[in-house]
Amino acid sequence: MLRALIRVAVVASMAGSALAQGAHDLDRGALDRAIKDSWRQAQPEWLQRLKQDDTQALCSLYRNNPPADIAAAIQAREKAAIKYPAAGVALMGDWKKGERLAQSGYGMRFTDYPPRAENGGNCFACHQLDPKELSYGTLGPSLAAYGKTRNFADADVKAVYERIYNPQAAVACANMPRLGASGFLSLEQIRDLTAYVMSPESPVNK
Amino acid sequence: MIVRKRLFCAVIAGLMLPAAAALAAGASDDATERELENYRQMLKADPWSNPGMLDVDRGEALWGEKRGPNKASLEGCDLGKGPGKIDGAFAELPRYFRDADRVMDLESRLLWCMEKLQGFEANALVKRPYSKANQSGTELEALTSFVASKSNGAAFAPQLTHEKERAALALGEALFFRRQGPMDFACATCHGDAGKRIRLQSLPYLSQPEEARQVVGEWPAYRVSQGTVMTPQHRLADCYWQMRLPLVDYGSEVTVALTMYLVNQAKGGVIATPGLKR
Repeated sequence: MLRALIRVAVVASMAGSALAQGAHDLDRGALDRAIKDSWRQAQPEWLQRLKQDDTQALCSLYRNNPPADIAAAIQAREKAAIKYPAAGVALMGDWKKGERLAQSGYGMRFTDYPPRAENGGNCFACHQLDPKELSYGTLGPSLAAYGKTRNFADADVKAVYERIYNPQAAVACANMPRLGASGFLSLEQIRDLTAYVMSPESPVNK
Repeated sequence: MIVRKRLFCAVIAGLMLPAAAALAAGASDDATERELENYRQMLKADPWSNPGMLDVDRGEALWGEKRGPNKASLEGCDLGKGPGKIDGAFAELPRYFRDADRVMDLESRLLWCMEKLQGFEANALVKRPYSKANQSGTELEALTSFVASKSNGAAFAPQLTHEKERAALALGEALFFRRQGPMDFACATCHGDAGKRIRLQSLPYLSQPEEARQVVGEWPAYRVSQGTVMTPQHRLADCYWQMRLPLVDYGSEVTVALTMYLVNQAKGGVIATPGLKR
């Protein structure tokens, strides 16, 4: 289904639809060839990272603003792929561990091998969380008092877990990484981060 | 001279605050930015107080020196305006070169000249093209700094008459918006909106000409935190590193195309190198 949508989208863009001011005269094969030729020194297993999945390809093509039908297809597929903890295990883990993860930007850069620490969520790079932490980025919305503002509702706990696991289940082509879907963070880590955002004890909600 | 040195040291001391202290101080990032701006103003009054000028100087000596297996200088190197013509050349790069039959930026062109004129082995030169923190610049970095500085005061004038130049621009634009890797990042993720920052670091909005004109012409730049000059190729390679992609080849088609896109965005922006960055 998505493959078909991509084909339709590419043809539409070639016909000069609503899209792109410069990309129209770009042979799409040229882009793939240029990428292949520009990482000649890279290890084969690293080259996988340059290959796009369907979601990345569509979001690139539409510059993160896909038409409604394609957005709905992306969201449905990403949502269906979300994994949850085993039955009986709470969606909220340990907020203190979550806080450390929110501060750490470590992981998966080529200088991070062999790993010296667990991957971090790097939440503060883009979001305000604990209002006492002044070094926060603004690429994403402020999440200060996020749980408190929502009365710590169970439905919101679930929504936050899903948002961290895969933000594109809620918003197609969201800027935020799909931290669970890509395997960058484990379910355990996502539970800890969910607690950091949603627990009444967390400094985010103080 | 002594006064200048003292001021310089004071600024450096201010910038070198340990990270923890910087975080605790909170507003210190604004303070750092103010000190940097003071320093930039001082540099305008006396450009030779920029430590990056050491590389410019060294690059000038390297340019004229007979070197390599062929014992040749780079004075026969054609950077697009004719052999040995350096003034204003950087402002018109990247451009198409018939001898190489491809579009080249300053760095890939210097590499070409070092290989073809001086007889150096390109593979050996690109093995470690970037200096590490607190090392003096590589020869390529010094030469890049020198040639770029010879366009100071000139405005970027992107060359788009050749078909391959236009193809490079289209490729660069597509690459800017291409999402990839385990974090789904594109250049546009961080540089596609106004007034954003990572932690406290401001991010230039590069898909908008107004901001691109202000910042693209500051590269190569001297990075105070590293104590080295960072070239445009290095800057782009560092972005891809942070995007969790493998190390992109020096002077690759991808990085040259992105440079073409950025220079085209910055069209008309005035070149002032080496810039000064954190």
